[in-house]
Amino acid sequence: MSALPRAHELGLISCHVCGQVCRDTQVEHAACPRCGSALHRRKPYSCARTWALLIAAFIFYIPANVLPIMRTVSLGDVDDNTILSGVIELWVKGSPDLAVIVFTASILVPMTKFLVIGTLLLSAHRGTSWARRQRAMLYRLVEFVGYWSMLDVFVVSLLTALVQFGFFSQVEPLPGVVYFGLTVVLTMLASMSFDPRLIWDCQDDDD
Amino acid sequence: MSTTPPAAIEYTQKAPTPALLICEHCDTVYRRRPLRRGDVARCARCHAVLERHQPISLNAMFALVVTVMVVFLQANVWPIITLALNGQQIHATLWAIIIMMWKEHSQLVAVLAAATLFFFPLCKMGILGWLLIFGRKGRRAPGFARLMVVLHYIGPWTMSEVFVLGVLVSIVKAHMYFDVSADAGVFAYAALAVLITVFAGIDVRQLWDKIPAGSA
Repeated sequence: MSALPRAHELGLISCHVCGQVCRDTQVEHAACPRCGSALHRRKPYSCARTWALLIAAFIFYIPANVLPIMRTVSLGDVDDNTILSGVIELWVKGSPDLAVIVFTASILVPMTKFLVIGTLLLSAHRGTSWARRQRAMLYRLVEFVGYWSMLDVFVVSLLTALVQFGFFSQVEPLPGVVYFGLTVVLTMLASMSFDPRLIWDCQDDDD
Repeated sequence: MSTTPPAAIEYTQKAPTPALLICEHCDTVYRRRPLRRGDVARCARCHAVLERHQPISLNAMFALVVTVMVVFLQANVWPIITLALNGQQIHATLWAIIIMMWKEHSQLVAVLAAATLFFFPLCKMGILGWLLIFGRKGRRAPGFARLMVVLHYIGPWTMSEVFVLGVLVSIVKAHMYFDVSADAGVFAYAALAVLITVFAGIDVRQLWDKIPAGSA
């Protein structure tokens, strides 16, 4: 046993829901004595679920970026905006600092999530001890920033509700925004179903 | 009254000492130490936060929940942004936005917005309020365990603070073409965002320890 004992070495399980420390009785369907949730040593089917959700999210991410998310009608002029063109418009006409924020939330964060969760999954498969602490930090980062990607979905919704002047001016949501919303939800589910304990699960050269 | 388990589920025993703490991120076991004000216990293996000192009493927490509820009500009643063109004015409230998205064939977005901006925050505050009303008297509310589990699952799905940033971006975007002004609702939302940040430092799980079992 190393200086920092892990739960399974001591025959313990922590409840994933309430954090209660429980004795591992090796029973098939054990439940937490405090909150009644099912007890697992690791999140069940963590890798398979995370892969499935991540791939689904990526599939939706393509139409989310290619299809326009918002239509602006102004005096008969129709202008369709994608996520990226919205950012560019904001940069050119509005305020560059907000453009940076929207770019971060809508493009940088989802891309980072795909890369980070993909890397975490691959390295968990290989059971490598490479950069464990950094990988753990990346996971916490992804969990923390994930939901900020909803920003663009809310912006489109707000503008749609605001700009309703019929022929003069109108903003309509286009399918891209629905795909984008789905992408955000799926990446959030993916990062939740990944079990960060897997990062530490191979035994060699434990620090 | 705790939740009654189905017959098939076998209960494991609680660990011998409640003084143990397991890192959620890497499964390292620690002996719990009393924390002083401002202390944060971090995992020596993965650096995740194990536990923070919780300076806020149940009473203060209840006060905070009530405050959030009042502000939340304001945020939902007042219009968030007002837009004017040719003497016409359009006020957008949260529900106007949700209904408009539904009508414009983006039902999924409408559902997402309604859930993350209205129903989940409302459930969270309602449940916390309910648990704390009883908790202040040192008792566990009816359905305590089940509600604590619900709180755990809806926690990550409340997005009011993202919405505040969304309002800001929308104002700037609409300002390119129209006369827009922020309305009372946006200030309520800003206050809500600040309160939510205060709340983020509070670990709801402490209620398990602070409200002892057996008294319900």
